[in-house]
Amino acid sequence: MSRPKTLRKVVAPPNFKGYKPYGTHAGTMDSVELLYEEYEAIKLADYDLMNHLEASKLMGISRPTFARIYETARRKIAKAFVEAIEIKTVYGDALLDKHWYVCDDCQTRFTIPKTIEQHQCPLCKSEQIELLNT
Amino acid sequence: MKTVITSSGENNLAQFDKRFGRAAWFCVFDEETKETIFIKNTNTNSSNGAGTKAAEQIVSMNVQKVISGDFGPKAKDLLDKFNVQMVIIQDNDVTVQGIIEKLTT
Repeated sequence: MSRPKTLRKVVAPPNFKGYKPYGTHAGTMDSVELLYEEYEAIKLADYDLMNHLEASKLMGISRPTFARIYETARRKIAKAFVEAIEIKTVYGDALLDKHWYVCDDCQTRFTIPKTIEQHQCPLCKSEQIELLNT
Repeated sequence: MKTVITSSGENNLAQFDKRFGRAAWFCVFDEETKETIFIKNTNTNSSNGAGTKAAEQIVSMNVQKVISGDFGPKAKDLLDKFNVQMVIIQDNDVTVQGIIEKLTT
């Protein structure tokens, strides 16, 4: 059995389900599956203009792994462009760490589910809490 | 509102257990009645899926908050889906009693 993949941290998942070309005559629609971590890699490297080392640290993976994900992401997008096929975004090995908070007073880390309204530390009731994105 | 605290023993003075799926006991603390019930974790020695089973057990007990040292990715997903608040404490030397005192003050 191969080693399980380290989960790649994704700060924000893509805001779309996919992209479709228009003006094509192709009857059958093929598609490529772009993973969340690949979207994140493109975003960090080409939109936020980070270098691969910084970006890999943010995603909690090694630089070579980041480079591999980035490469597959570019190739998938290129394939979709050239072959005029649809891009679909799928979950992949991503870890959405968006809603973890840390308390500034007692260093407790916690989540706030949708059912809880007040934004405070569940242990010491402090309101000095911060979003943990990295 | 019910809270689960992972514990290494069957009473309030026991050390808090930093593992989630393989914690020895689950202490269920009711914030309204201030009562604690200790439930033995049956998945301590299972070779896999301990976190998932523990999370299922917690969801079935209708608990809103879980306090532990860390959560595995599967347990995180499951607890997240059922809107259970996860709290991670990194302190090594803390008893279940200590946590309950913090919760009630």
